[in-house]
Amino acid sequence: MFGRLSLAAIPYDQPIIIGVGAVLAIGILSVLTLVTVKGWWPYLWREWITSVDHKRIGVMYVVLALVMLVRGFSDALMMRSQQALAAGHAVGYLPPEHYDQIFSAHGTIMIFFVAMPFVIGLMNFAVPLQLGVRDVAFPVLNSVSFWLTAAGVLLVNLSLFVGEFARTGWLAYPPLSELSYSPGVGVDYYLWSLQISGLGTLLSGINLTTTILKMRAPGMGYARMPVFCWTSLASNLLIVASFPVLTATFGMLLLDRYCGFHFFTNDLGGNPMMYINLIWIWGHPEVYILILPMFGVFSEVVATFSGKPLFGYRSMVLATMVICALSFMVWLHHFFTMGAGANVNAFFGVMTMIISIPTGVKVFNWLFTMYGGRVRFTVPIYWTLGFIVTFVIGGMTGVLLAIPPADFVLHNSLFLIAHFHNVAIGGVVFGVMAGITYWFPKAFGFTLNERIGKSIFWCWFLGFYLAFMPLYALGLMGATRRMQHYANPHWQPLMIVALIGAVLILFGIALTIVQIAVSVRERHAHRDGTGDPWDARTLEWSTRSPPPAWNFSEVPVVDGIDAFWSFKKQGSPRRDLQEALMDLHVPRNTPIGFFLAFFAVVLGFALIWRIEWLAALGILGAVAIILKEAWRTDRHVEITAEELAAFEKAHAAMSVKHVHIVAEVES
Amino acid sequence: MSTAEEAIRRMTDIPLSMRGPAPARVIAGFGFWLFLLSDVILFSALFSAYAVLSGATAGGPSGAELFDKGHVFQETMCLLASSVTCGFGLLAVQKADSRGMYLWMGVTFLLGLCFLTLETGEFGAMVAAGHGPSRSAFLSSFFALVGTHGLHVSMGLIWLIVMLLQVKTLGFRPMVQRRFFCFALFWHALDIVWVGVLTIVYLGAR
Repeated sequence: MFGRLSLAAIPYDQPIIIGVGAVLAIGILSVLTLVTVKGWWPYLWREWITSVDHKRIGVMYVVLALVMLVRGFSDALMMRSQQALAAGHAVGYLPPEHYDQIFSAHGTIMIFFVAMPFVIGLMNFAVPLQLGVRDVAFPVLNSVSFWLTAAGVLLVNLSLFVGEFARTGWLAYPPLSELSYSPGVGVDYYLWSLQISGLGTLLSGINLTTTILKMRAPGMGYARMPVFCWTSLASNLLIVASFPVLTATFGMLLLDRYCGFHFFTNDLGGNPMMYINLIWIWGHPEVYILILPMFGVFSEVVATFSGKPLFGYRSMVLATMVICALSFMVWLHHFFTMGAGANVNAFFGVMTMIISIPTGVKVFNWLFTMYGGRVRFTVPIYWTLGFIVTFVIGGMTGVLLAIPPADFVLHNSLFLIAHFHNVAIGGVVFGVMAGITYWFPKAFGFTLNERIGKSIFWCWFLGFYLAFMPLYALGLMGATRRMQHYANPHWQPLMIVALIGAVLILFGIALTIVQIAVSVRERHAHRDGTGDPWDARTLEWSTRSPPPAWNFSEVPVVDGIDAFWSFKKQGSPRRDLQEALMDLHVPRNTPIGFFLAFFAVVLGFALIWRIEWLAALGILGAVAIILKEAWRTDRHVEITAEELAAFEKAHAAMSVKHVHIVAEVES
Repeated sequence: MSTAEEAIRRMTDIPLSMRGPAPARVIAGFGFWLFLLSDVILFSALFSAYAVLSGATAGGPSGAELFDKGHVFQETMCLLASSVTCGFGLLAVQKADSRGMYLWMGVTFLLGLCFLTLETGEFGAMVAAGHGPSRSAFLSSFFALVGTHGLHVSMGLIWLIVMLLQVKTLGFRPMVQRRFFCFALFWHALDIVWVGVLTIVYLGAR
């Protein structure tokens, strides 16, 4: 009746898990109670859950990522504290089978459910606004993408309390991840949550690629697109080209586990190394999917706060597209030790080093943008400067690892761990923080608290160096990754320093929550009535903050790079509003994404626990929802020119009022 | 020069990339092309797995011993012919000619069904003879690759039924026509994948 599921699946005997579960249950229950008592459900349902507005969906992606950052970071703290304790005769507090789940969950969550939703969220929010259009190409699909990602998140978190998570590392290498060595549900949780959220990511990639290539404001040729749109284009092209490989690879492993196939088994001709090749053909482009949009964020931030156009726009675009293409030619550097031979390893080593050239071009472009500019030292600029320093160090250790003989020594050591955290934190996290601080006033109409923002930066920046510089040294001393315990007591002092760094980062994360709370409380003092709080250059700042559902009452006409800057300098080509405004329609909200995700969770859960009837129910439900959507004909809401005019008039009055309030508060 | 020609000339003076958002028809088609591209990449991963494992028979039968080329010829003819009829069907859809549409799309459906029947027959016989996907890595990769194509054809048939019902209930409105266009793209793409399957799996069998 319930497949492999029984009450024994709940880990009563593990006090840590049960404790975490209790705290989490109380947290979720109190949030749900608060929402119910305050009567916020209709509002949440109407304005957020069923929303197909790209801005709302972008914000929800970022919120989801923030929540999962707390989860993924708890795993990190547990690993760091275990390693600070478990030296020599001490065993620490985490048994090996639990520790293995923690590092697997940490990697999986941080890449798929923190970094990806952060990056996709920022792209979703900013790209259509920067392009000067009213929404993405497929707004309903956008909502489906988000909710499928949320479905994956739910399944991963369910594994904490019902059953177990994979103990295989974040990429689930076979033969360890095959049924014979991992008979439990851990790998199945891993595979199904990533298959479901991966489908969401692929659809999102198709959506944004179509948006950028087919929907831009009149006059915005390719050579006039903001750099963030270019880097988002590169990232989404990589999603379309690489995520199907991930789906296929996981599909083969699932066939091995569920249907007795022999793709990656040790016997009957299976080939485990083929999995490792295939997964990295996805995996290497994936790191550029994450970092390229962040390069775009830094480009926007650096140009805005230097008060100058970006230095070398064309070389920046070219460098982005070169990285996009080269990212498919370096996958083997993740396993030089496979033994493909000197020539193959040399080719992939050289290709890897070549990628650092366009990246270097970008670094110089950012530096030259600041050179001779009046740089305003705001929080996003702090993150950008921290990124440039940190990322260059990470890049150099990457080039070091690209030398196959050096890699043979450092493969799977803590040196490697330090390297990829160096680029992931110094690049992706710093970029996300810069992007959130930069676009927050556009999304909510008020700026984030600047002083706390700077404290957050210093916590992350110093915390990163304290946490990961020791790991470089430990790696060179011979410490390998994924150790639940080590015998050499000389490593312990450095492990303790790393733990202190992690605690410092914890303060940074806690301060982020404080910053949001304080900023919401002080929102009236930091209200942005102009829509352009940073004196910025691109089109998203030309509309109101927060923008209306239709983004632009009047479609902007673009005549160069940094279109909004030239509007401000030459006077906008805005005609008489009454004359220019025309009726338009925005897509109508629909709960299809939410319901599809619900049935995806049902299906995933049923397949993990092998409950056939429940799986059939999940499929039937999903099909019914899709058919209902196919016959929906009221897909648009009309907005008349009169409504647009009324909106613009009200906001023009409001922005004048806010200027007065701000002046009063400041004096 | 008439004013209409003048207007067209001025319009074409602006480069295509600067004319603002494309019409819904173009956007839907383009998005679907991207989806097909991603689908082709999914197949390419399965093709490469097949290429790696095709020799790994683990003492079991090889492709040359298993495949009946006459049978595969029938499958291929069904699928290629269905692409032609699907093309005529789409022309009927664009002309809002419901009789032509039902005729050609009906034939397309039957040809697709013939293909599936032939394929499930082939698979069933192989499994019954003990040559199922669990026998060897070669057979695993064969069943996964050809089976994924078959699964796509089944999905296509279900989609076709849905489209016929959509025309019946909603008529030839632009939304329905756009979807039919995407269906036709999907159906042709399956043909292209099949050409790869035929060449690499069946004709290339050793």
